[in-house]
Amino acid sequence: MNNFLSIDSVSKNFGNYKALNNVSVDIPKGSIFGLLGPNGAGKTTLIRIINQISIPDTGKVMLNGEILNSSHIREIGYLPEERGLYKSMKVGEQALYLAQLKGMSRLDAKKQLKYWFDKFEIGDWWDKKIIELSKGMAQKVQFIVTVLHKPSLLIFDEPFSGFDPINANIIKDEILQLRDEGSTVIFSTHRMESVEELCDHIALIHKSNKVLDGNLNEIKRQYKTNTFEVGLVCNEQRVLKQLISSKFNSVDASFRSLGKELKLNITLESNQTSNELLNFLSSNAEVNHFMEVVPSANDIFIQTINNQK
Amino acid sequence: MNHTRLIIEREYVTQVKNKKFLLMTLLTPLLFGGLSLFVFYLMSVNDDSIKNITVSDNSGVFENSLLSSETIEFSFLNDLDQEQAKKISKERNDYGLIFIPEIENTTDIDYVALSESIKFISEEAPSITMIRTIEKKLEKILTNLNYTSIGLDLNKIEESKIYLSLFQESFDGEETTKSDGVAKMVFGLILGMLLYMFVFIYGSTIMRSVLEEKTSRIVEIIISSVKPTQLMMGKIIGTSLVAFTQIFIWIILSLIISALASSFMGVSASELNSVDLNDPQFASGLQSGLAAIFNLPLLNILIAFVLFFISGLFLYGSIFAAIGAAVDSETDSNQFMLPISIPLVIALYVGMLTVSEDPSGTIPTIFSHIPFTSPIVMMMRIPYGVPIIEQIISLSILIITFFGCVWFAAKIYRVGILMYGQKPSYKDLFKWLKY
Repeated sequence: MNNFLSIDSVSKNFGNYKALNNVSVDIPKGSIFGLLGPNGAGKTTLIRIINQISIPDTGKVMLNGEILNSSHIREIGYLPEERGLYKSMKVGEQALYLAQLKGMSRLDAKKQLKYWFDKFEIGDWWDKKIIELSKGMAQKVQFIVTVLHKPSLLIFDEPFSGFDPINANIIKDEILQLRDEGSTVIFSTHRMESVEELCDHIALIHKSNKVLDGNLNEIKRQYKTNTFEVGLVCNEQRVLKQLISSKFNSVDASFRSLGKELKLNITLESNQTSNELLNFLSSNAEVNHFMEVVPSANDIFIQTINNQK
Repeated sequence: MNHTRLIIEREYVTQVKNKKFLLMTLLTPLLFGGLSLFVFYLMSVNDDSIKNITVSDNSGVFENSLLSSETIEFSFLNDLDQEQAKKISKERNDYGLIFIPEIENTTDIDYVALSESIKFISEEAPSITMIRTIEKKLEKILTNLNYTSIGLDLNKIEESKIYLSLFQESFDGEETTKSDGVAKMVFGLILGMLLYMFVFIYGSTIMRSVLEEKTSRIVEIIISSVKPTQLMMGKIIGTSLVAFTQIFIWIILSLIISALASSFMGVSASELNSVDLNDPQFASGLQSGLAAIFNLPLLNILIAFVLFFISGLFLYGSIFAAIGAAVDSETDSNQFMLPISIPLVIALYVGMLTVSEDPSGTIPTIFSHIPFTSPIVMMMRIPYGVPIIEQIISLSILIITFFGCVWFAAKIYRVGILMYGQKPSYKDLFKWLKY
C-alpha cells in the first residue's frame, strides 16, 4: 500500500460525547488531502490524534507503516487553526525554541530559519516581539515554524485564514512546493475553492462519522449526473425547447453569458451519449455553449451533508 | 527529557530576564527593611514623649518616695479635694491624675486600706503598661512602708532576696538560654513566612505562565511536540528555580548590605565589640543572641528548608498549573483560589499560635505531617529541634502527595489547556479526570 498515513477504525469519546465514531481514512503518500466537514464534526479531534495530543479510545494510526509513536513527532508539522505565539518573546528566539522542541539542533534550526526568513524577506524581524507584528506577519512566522524541521507530514488547519490574497498565494505555492518535494499534506478547511485548487484526495467527516472519502476526481465522477449546460441561439426559442424536451430531459438553466440565448440543463439517459446530444442540437440551432456539469467540491459537500439528515 | 530541559530553560530565562523579576528581587528586601525601620521609628516616637502625671497626695506618704523616671514626670499637689485636683490636672493637660485621699490616723497607718483608696483619673484610657508601671511603683513604696511598720529591716530583706536564672540544657547536652527561644521563634517565623510568600507568588507565576500559553493558543503547537505533563513539569521546575535564584540573590544582597552598612557607619565589628564592653549587659545580650543563632540546628534547617521548599512549591505549583489550564482568564481563577489559600493560611496561623507555645505539641505535630500545611508548620518547628525521623516521615508524605497531585493536575491540565470559552465547575474538572 502506498498510504503514508493510515487511520484505522479510530473512535474517541469525551465523557458521553462521541467525538469520532469508527473513522478510517487512508492518506496516500505525496498527496494533498482535504479533511472536510462542518464545524464540530470531529476534524480537530482527528488531527489531535494524529499529533498524539489525544489518544484514541479504540483503533490505531499507522504512519509510514509503523504504529504512531513519539519518534514520529519530528516527522509532523502542525499549524493549528487557533494559532498564536508568545507575545512578548522575540521572533527569532521563539522560532528557535519551537524548532528545538521538534528535535532540531540549535545550529541546524538557525540555518534553516535564516533560509526561510530570507525567502519570505523578513530577516529584520528576528529581534522583534510578536506583539509588534501584524496578524498576517505573525502567521508567516507561524508557517515557517511549522515547516522548518522538514516534516514528511504537514497538517494545516485553515492555513489561509488571516492572510491577504497575495500572502495566501505565497503560502499556497509553498504548500505545493513542499508536496512536490515529497511531503504529504493534510489540509483541513471550510473554504471549498481552496479544496478544488489544491486537494487531490478528500475525506468528509460529519457528526463524528466519515461519510465520504477518496480521490477528488473519482468522487466527482461518481457525483456527476451526465448533465450538460447548453446555450442555443435561435429565433423560435419556445419551439426549440419543445423539440428538445421531446427527446431529452431538460430544464431551464441560468448562467452568465453575453447574449439572450436559450439556456438549458440537459440530462442524458444511460443510452444517450453527449455526441448524440451535440449533433441533435447543432442541427437545430447554433450552439454557443456546451459544457458538462461537474459537481464542485462545495456541491458534493452540501449534498452529502444534506443526505445525512 | 531533553524537551523538559528546554522548557525549564525557556521558563527560567524569560522569567529572570523580565524586568519585573529584577525589580521585585531588589525592591522586596528594601521594602521589608524600610517597613520594619518605619515601624521601629513609629514605636520609638510613640514611647518617646514624657508623660506628665499629677499626684494629689493628701496622705503625705508618697511626696518624697514616688520619684519621676525617664518616661513619667510626677508633680505633686497638696491639700486639694478631688474636684480641685482634677481641674488643675486638666488645665495642665496632664496624662492623668493620681488621687490619694487624706488619712485619719497618721501615726498608725493602715497601708492596706490606703492602697485600696488610691485612684487614677485620666481623660483617655491609659495604656496597660502605664497602669502596670504606676501600680508597681506604688506597690513597692507601700510594701516597704508596711515592712517597716511591722518592724522588719528593709536592708536585711533586700540582702536575703535570691535572684535565680535557670541554667537550661537539652537532653542532648546542648546549653540553651532564653534568647535561644527567641531566636528559634524568629527564625521559624521567618522561614514559615518565606515559604508562605513564595508558594503564593511563584504558584501564581506558574498559573499565569500556563494561562499565557493557553490564551495565546501557542500551547497546541507545543503539545504537538512534547507531552502536556512534560510541559507542566518544565514550568513548575523552571519557576521553582527562579524562586531559588531570588532567595539566593537575597542572601548575597543581605551579606553585601550588612558589610556595607557596618563600613558605612564607620564601625567595624571589633570596634563594635569594644564599645559594647563598656556596657556589659548589652554585650552579653548581643553575644548570647549570636550564640543563640549558632545554637540552632543550622545544617538541619538549611537542608530541611531546601527540601520542604522544593516539595511545597512543587505540590502547590502543580495545583496552580491545573487551575491555570482549567480557566480562560485570571479573573476566572478566583473560584479555585480559595481552596488553595485556606490550608496555607491555616498553616501560617497554626504555626504562629501553637509552635512557640509547645513545638512538639499535638496540634503542631499533626499539622506538620499534613502535606498541605507541613512545609510551613514543619519549618517553624525545626529550629526548636525535631527528630530527623519525624522530618523524614513528613517529607515522605509530602512527596507522595506531590506525585499524586501531579497525576491529577496533569489530567486536568491535559484537557484544560485545549478547552476554551467555558468556565469549568468542579464537576467538569472531575469529568476531565476520566477523559
